[in-house]
Amino acid sequence: MEAMRILTVGDCAVSVEFGQEISLEINHKVMALKMVLEREPIRGIVELIPTYCSLLIQYDPMDLRYGQLRDRLEALVTQLDEVEMPPKQVVEIPVAYGGEYGPDLGEVARAHNISEEEVIKLHSEPEYPIYMLGFVAGFPYLGGMNKAIATPRKKSPRLKIEAGSVGIAGEQTGIYSVESPGGWQIIGRTPLKLYDVNRNEPVLLKAGQYIKFKPITKEEFRTMENEHKGN
Amino acid sequence: MSIKVINSGLMTTIQDKGRMGYQASGMQVSGDMDRYSASIANALVGNEDDAPLLECTYLGPELEASEDVLVAVTGGEPKVLVDNKPVHAYESLILHKGQHIKVASMEEGTRAYIAIDGGIDVPLVLGSHSTNLKLGIGGAEGSKLYNGEVLNTGRPTDLANAIISGKSHIRHTDHEYMAHHHLWQENNHGDSHEVRIVLGPQDDYFTPEAVKALDGAVYTISNESDRMGYRLEGEVIQRATQRDMITDGIVFGSIQVPPNGQPIIMMADHQTTGGYPKIATVISADLPLLAQCSPGSKISFKVISVEEAQDIYIKFRQALKEQIALMDKESKEEWPDRRPGVINYNLKIDGQLFQVSVEEIK
Repeated sequence: MEAMRILTVGDCAVSVEFGQEISLEINHKVMALKMVLEREPIRGIVELIPTYCSLLIQYDPMDLRYGQLRDRLEALVTQLDEVEMPPKQVVEIPVAYGGEYGPDLGEVARAHNISEEEVIKLHSEPEYPIYMLGFVAGFPYLGGMNKAIATPRKKSPRLKIEAGSVGIAGEQTGIYSVESPGGWQIIGRTPLKLYDVNRNEPVLLKAGQYIKFKPITKEEFRTMENEHKGN
Repeated sequence: MSIKVINSGLMTTIQDKGRMGYQASGMQVSGDMDRYSASIANALVGNEDDAPLLECTYLGPELEASEDVLVAVTGGEPKVLVDNKPVHAYESLILHKGQHIKVASMEEGTRAYIAIDGGIDVPLVLGSHSTNLKLGIGGAEGSKLYNGEVLNTGRPTDLANAIISGKSHIRHTDHEYMAHHHLWQENNHGDSHEVRIVLGPQDDYFTPEAVKALDGAVYTISNESDRMGYRLEGEVIQRATQRDMITDGIVFGSIQVPPNGQPIIMMADHQTTGGYPKIATVISADLPLLAQCSPGSKISFKVISVEEAQDIYIKFRQALKEQIALMDKESKEEWPDRRPGVINYNLKIDGQLFQVSVEEIK
């Protein structure tokens, strides 16, 4: 495990980085630091954003200066191994792969010299841990993707990607929770709404849960989509 | 009490300090681009600092008052008209029932802020009134203003009651004391505005030469610039490593560098996380200035330390606080006498300061 680094993010934030690879071990450290800071708040810290390998800590220099925060954080990291993580939860996400719902499925298959069916199989097999939410409301960043389908982002980002689109970027896979521009390779789409402000819980998924993709047909997609519209 | 939107302007939204507390779910903060001008506008009408107000871009709206109301316009140098007659920005204005106020153009800067006493009465969504256009939430039904829309305002402020009934002087803030205006001129180097930055968090993704060259580098703000981010055009920033970085958190002011080497500064509507390395971060005190820069503006970066940036931030926050306190104090005093033809003097006699108003005998 690499040493912890405290990176400067301007005058009102720092990023505590526990490594530079996607691993559950590193992500647990991020979540553990977040839990410790929520349990015993440091005056001046205003918001915490957990990501794969780092915790972004926003603070107000009127209450807490950079040097003070650094000292406090360096003292805290020694306690992180003792923090207990919640039990495993798996959420099933139905996905229509390819065609109009996944225009880049062919490109991903060609990049690895395998069939589209093989990409779908490799993509829907694992249980993916949700490392973080970000980019837009409710967007889950997932770990555990098979490296055999890892594909670089598109050279030029698309201006519009539909909500529910399932994509690949490098060794990562994820789901667009709202319509958005973006550079991910889009291989499918789910009819579930990952973000809906009219629900009691606007965001469907939480960091720390796991998801499993379930391939569905285009007909099933349309049926489920209509059901959700009806609700 | 309400105001009617006669003409919405180009891009007018309701904003406050932003939607904090939901970034871990990926929810953007949004909020006003130029917090300094928003604070001053609210103070001019006696509102709380965080009261929802209008942010407009270039061409502002035309609004009609349903009752007598106190309004103020700030941000850059807006050209403000009341019933087609020019009036002062940075001053509280009584808008009588039926009168129209219009932000006709920006002589300087990009964004004007229109505060109305009592604030604009829209529901809190996840703790904020700010419009999030991407999610379609906050503000007036999650959208920018439209023609014919009627916006309710909150309970009139004590200041508005006092000014409208003639019991108190209008509030104003002198341009020569305007920290923002001062900053604008101080940072205006010929044809570029100086924007101070702190290196990191991923400056080690770039060549040492590229990092060094960033100090003093001049970039042009491109047409592809909005509340979400400013795309810059200029010297390509060379990467030291081609490996993809792992997505992490972003703040207002983060300077991310996509593979084409042309930096993007993340602004108020920025996403919470991103996968491009961030070479540096704009200091908080320079964000209001940046918010007033428009496509075509040139900016030059100056690298400073995080400690210096925090000293500047604290000074900036204190100056704003003092400026608002001075307005408070002045509006409670009878002096200076603002009637036309009256000249006000500060006189020092035997070390004691006297405030003297002189009026011609008719």
